[in-house]
Amino acid sequence: MSKEPILQIKDLKVSFQSGKKFIPAVDGISFDLKNGEILGIVGESGSGKSVTSLATMGLIPSPPGKIENGEIFFEGKDLKNISEKEWRKIRGNQISMIFQEPMTSLNPLFTIGNQLLEAIRLHTDLTKAQSIVRSIELLKLVGIPRAEGILKEHPHQLSGGMRQRVMIAMAMACNPKVLIADEPTTALDVTIQAQILALMKDLNKKTNTSIILITHDLGVVAEICERVIVMYSGQIVEQGDVRKILKDPQHPYTKGLLKSVPDLRGKKDRLYSIPGTVPSPGTTLKGCRFAARCAEVFGKCREESPELFKTEKDGHEVRCFLHTLNERSDKHVGVTS
Amino acid sequence: MIKLLTYTARRIFSLIPVLLGMTLIVFAIIHAIPGNPAQVILGQRATEQAIAEVTKQLGLDKPWYIQYFDYLNNLIHGDLGNSLRTRGPINEEIWPYLTATAELTIVAMFIAIVIGVNAGIISAWFSKSWFDYVAMVLALIGVSMPIFWLGLMEQWVFSIELNWLPTTGRENVRDPITAITNFYLIDTLLQGRMDHFITAVKHLVMPSAALATIPMAIIARMTRATMLEVMKSDYIRTARAKGLRMFWVVYKHSLKNAIIPVLTVIGLQTGLLLGGAILTETIFSWPGIGRYLYDAITFRDYPVIQSGILIIAAIFVLINLIVDLLYVLVDPRIKYSK
Repeated sequence: MSKEPILQIKDLKVSFQSGKKFIPAVDGISFDLKNGEILGIVGESGSGKSVTSLATMGLIPSPPGKIENGEIFFEGKDLKNISEKEWRKIRGNQISMIFQEPMTSLNPLFTIGNQLLEAIRLHTDLTKAQSIVRSIELLKLVGIPRAEGILKEHPHQLSGGMRQRVMIAMAMACNPKVLIADEPTTALDVTIQAQILALMKDLNKKTNTSIILITHDLGVVAEICERVIVMYSGQIVEQGDVRKILKDPQHPYTKGLLKSVPDLRGKKDRLYSIPGTVPSPGTTLKGCRFAARCAEVFGKCREESPELFKTEKDGHEVRCFLHTLNERSDKHVGVTS
Repeated sequence: MIKLLTYTARRIFSLIPVLLGMTLIVFAIIHAIPGNPAQVILGQRATEQAIAEVTKQLGLDKPWYIQYFDYLNNLIHGDLGNSLRTRGPINEEIWPYLTATAELTIVAMFIAIVIGVNAGIISAWFSKSWFDYVAMVLALIGVSMPIFWLGLMEQWVFSIELNWLPTTGRENVRDPITAITNFYLIDTLLQGRMDHFITAVKHLVMPSAALATIPMAIIARMTRATMLEVMKSDYIRTARAKGLRMFWVVYKHSLKNAIIPVLTVIGLQTGLLLGGAILTETIFSWPGIGRYLYDAITFRDYPVIQSGILIIAAIFVLINLIVDLLYVLVDPRIKYSK
């Protein structure tokens, strides 16, 4: 399996207009998605996860949204300046997306067959009969029993889990190279969640589709991702190998997130929660964006904004001064004192 | 399909009490006239004998429930009674007026729907663009402009100044159109008379344009509002994420969802126009039901007024039924429930 990046995002900045001001929702994030990899993006609501994925699909609603800066490379091609027509060839074909809300993501007035066939026939030259065969194949692939019958049904006749399977089938219709799943299991109950995750992992293995899994659930990340990006207030605060980050998180925010995961073995009276809330977008903060909620904050954090530092561990990056103090104390002690 | 038919049958069946209620109200109108209707009909200087004769002729000497059942019985046999003014049977007399109004309404609503719905869609699609602003200002003007004023302006510009279109009427009086169905557009084509067809179209242009403005404006605003709402929904994002052309996202996925409330408005407006646009029909001397009823009211032709009200009410009920059936066709979620 080649580990060349299939998708590269460089210094992406997306803002939304509110009144006369442009408020950044995503503020200079960069990451690579390697071929065949499952990458997790974690963060609280409002941290810019969904905006990042919509930007990758070229679906930032404009106005009010605007990509202010940065590049998105897909297979080496810059997507920033391509035409709407070229976008349409990529969307649903090379890069597809599954959304958070299976209950409302399918059009209620068209049959499952109609919507699935539409996705297939848009990007392939299959005839109607061939497309029907392909749809049934896809529905079986995502584990839907009585696939033939479901083609004639409307979304309201299916359960949430079934609808999400249909969404996945639709996203997989043209064997995309990248699948972006924006909180695909949030609206589903736990057993269905596990099935959907297993299905995605299975698809990743079978078709070698690279997956970006956006979630706020570290448990989900631990289960299927290889690499993880932790986002906070529009920035990446930590990224690296899942096992390393789960075992030894470097950023106080990641530590907080991990502490707030319920543990079945431990007996805790109250679950830990990070004090405070994500700063509302547009508030200009001096220093580190997490400083106000950080348990390990110190003087410099309130003055300067930290860079994303590389740690000695392979590919692991963290946006925190603590780290620089530990690793390169000789250089930074002088600055803070 | 069978389900749809049984649903339709059930809905039609459920109309029977509504229609019965309507006949009762219409029947009561005659009885609500102060004094003896025969006196009203014959006027102040009628003799006792004449009044007694007319009372008997109208069946007014019988108890009211017998009168009502007689009236119902006549209705079922398609007998609406006779006009006091012309002495002719109303069911025969009213037909050409009804079809004239129907023709005008169909053309006007066609214009209103095609332009209104599309203007609404494009305004929502390119919301806050110059098209949106212009269309919505025009729609506001369309709703608020008095129709008689618009009609007069049309006549002044297109008939008097430019001399393109005839001012009034349905046909050229010196070269009348032979009626078959009384829908002149159809009749002239059936007869293969292109010259008559063009005349009929020319006569239709101004009244239908005047009549179309208000429904068009309402439809445009309604379509825009519901389209804006629908286009924010998750399934529209899904449709775009598939790589679907914006045109299909708008005209297939959005429109079908947005059209449901618009159908209600279209139904109500069609009903209103079919009820006879008295102002428009008067200005353009259009021989429609509105004019017919207006004349009947000025003449106190009670049987005609009664029949007119009944027919207009029945049309409303029928259009509502059609709209309800269209809902079911458009939205599978409301299928076959009551």
